Amino acid sequence: MNAIAPAGRSLAPFETRLAGLHDSQRKAAAGDLARVGLPGPRIEAWHYTNLRALSAHSFTEPDARFDEQAAHAALEALFPKGSALEKLPRLVLVNGHLAAGLSASAASLPAGVSCLSFASSPEFGTLAAPQRDPLVALNTALASDGVRLSVASGVNAGQIVLVSLALSSSGTVSFHPRHSVALGAEASLTLIEIAAGDDVSDPYFHNPVLTCSVAEKAHFEHVKLQREAGDAIHLATVYADIASHATYESFVLGLGAALARHEVHAGLSGTHAAVHVNGAQLLGDAQVGDITSVIMHGAPDCISRQTVRNVLTDRARAVFQGKVLVERVAQKTDGYQMNQALLLSPGAEIDAKPELEIYADDVRCSHGATVGALDEEQLFYLRSRGIADAHARRILVEAFLIEVTELVQNEAARDFLDGELARALVKRVTTGENLS
Amino acid sequence: MTVVTDIKRKQDLCRDVAETSGVKKMSELLKISGLHASIDADGTPKEILRGVDLVIPPGEVHAIMGPNGCGKSTLSYVLAGREEYEVTAGSVSFIGRDLLAMEPEERAAAGLFLAFQSPVELPGVNNANFLRTAVNAVRRARGETELDAVGFLKAVRAATKNLSMSDDMLKRNVNVGFSGGEKKRNEVLQMTMLQPKLAILDETDSGLDVDALRIVAEGVRNLRSPDFSALVITHHQRLLDYLGPDRIHVMAKGRIVRSGGPELAKQIDVEGYASFLAEAA
Repeated sequence: MNAIAPAGRSLAPFETRLAGLHDSQRKAAAGDLARVGLPGPRIEAWHYTNLRALSAHSFTEPDARFDEQAAHAALEALFPKGSALEKLPRLVLVNGHLAAGLSASAASLPAGVSCLSFASSPEFGTLAAPQRDPLVALNTALASDGVRLSVASGVNAGQIVLVSLALSSSGTVSFHPRHSVALGAEASLTLIEIAAGDDVSDPYFHNPVLTCSVAEKAHFEHVKLQREAGDAIHLATVYADIASHATYESFVLGLGAALARHEVHAGLSGTHAAVHVNGAQLLGDAQVGDITSVIMHGAPDCISRQTVRNVLTDRARAVFQGKVLVERVAQKTDGYQMNQALLLSPGAEIDAKPELEIYADDVRCSHGATVGALDEEQLFYLRSRGIADAHARRILVEAFLIEVTELVQNEAARDFLDGELARALVKRVTTGENLS
Repeated sequence: MTVVTDIKRKQDLCRDVAETSGVKKMSELLKISGLHASIDADGTPKEILRGVDLVIPPGEVHAIMGPNGCGKSTLSYVLAGREEYEVTAGSVSFIGRDLLAMEPEERAAAGLFLAFQSPVELPGVNNANFLRTAVNAVRRARGETELDAVGFLKAVRAATKNLSMSDDMLKRNVNVGFSGGEKKRNEVLQMTMLQPKLAILDETDSGLDVDALRIVAEGVRNLRSPDFSALVITHHQRLLDYLGPDRIHVMAKGRIVRSGGPELAKQIDVEGYASFLAEAA
């Protein structure tokens, strides 16, 4: 083995852009990345999710200009008149660039909430470290825009929608937005993040990094819908630090992209902090969807909860990796992790890897996983009431997933997800194919 | 076999005569002839129904009684279309159609309803939504207009009131956390809303206290009309006292071994099944 060559994948798809960097922080990140390469299958954390699809293209920087009409049409499709999220303040990125004309002005945000664009005041922060994570390094090197939201202490900021739209651009593009959310003590915010790209003709790569700092007694609910275009690659990383008595409550619904990963690193750094990393995926065709989490209990009396459900048809594959690390000081930790999958066709697959690493001696940590097909008795019960086979299957699949979307506290966000889910079900669950 | 065919031909002739003579009324809503069915038991088929013959005319309530394991529940599942059972011989006609060739949902649309012995729980499925979906699926299939939210609510409120059910049961998930009695009432509610021509009640009275039994029986009695028949599978005289069945059939070892009037149920209540089992042997 050549000791100098990186063990990972080639950076060729980004070579020109990485070579042209000037900023010292970005150059350092590019250097970190060059040392290890993009993760290959021999890297433990990427064993089940292969990034070979990235190597097939050369990704260029998207143009900052975009088709305004197409953007308006996409937003109207996402937020029809009278829908749950239509009236909420909205921040919109198109192909990775913050589009001021489509976004709420600073003045229209609730008092105590500030929003800066990353482009105008780039600030990487210290939560997400390029040295430890190649996808954070790639983002750090190439990030051109993003939003920097902060909520002042004691302010209830309500709900804010963050949309990342992908629109057809010239060729295969990649965008690497860098977002940050900072909640002051006793502040609260619900962020509804949407990654959508309905009719994009070329493959594109969306590589967002979000860092969240949740101060004492603050409450941050982060609800995300991933509905990228069918050929897209979506690799998102979230780093959150949760202080004493604070909560980071997250939910991701994965429906789109050819290859997607939602990776959350949550650090419980103060006593009585809580984190929820819940999610659901409904995948078909040859889609790969990965939900990975690393939860670090660094203080006593903290709670972590993870419930993830997957529904897979055709040759779709889901990956769940959940690591819970309980440090020696983190006595009285209460950790729960559950991953469940419904396989609707013989070619579907789930890979689940729970990991518990516990150094404290007085903790309660449990994890579980189930894999199965639709229940024949339930199916027969529905059909015996006159409901046609395909419709009955849809009802059961929807019920399976709604039991997790119910974990979303914010009603508008939950209704939005349920609506998206219902639409996706009509597309995905049409036949009577099932495991025999 | 030839005998059965002959009888069938004769009955077909009779029906032809009835139809041509302008008598619209069918003499048989359900007709089961020589029905054999088996279930897969670790790779080898186990025969459970061994030649069931049964006719139910429109507007009548019939009861099937018989010892545990005689095939009563299997018969109800085969009639409703459960795929685990393989029909190896015989035929079933329902309103003149080949029932065995129909999907379970088509059977429901045609007017067959099975009240399950153990109603299935559907976590995540709201009871009211489920009921409305079922009612409208059946109405669509019958060429009737679908019920809108208001129309459905009105109909379901009337039905739940008759069954002494709380509105709360409609808001919960289907049968999840229901008591045994609530589950059975929920079955009768579905039956009321789906307006079947033939309801098969598979031990709907089991596990009910006296009051619940009366309410359930009342629910069935309310449906009695010239267009409604019921096949009641039961172990108990009490439900039959409420319903006043037209015919009693005794099932043993996968066949109907004796049919008679209501007095047969009273005889079973006193003597048990021993003599019928001897007949079946």
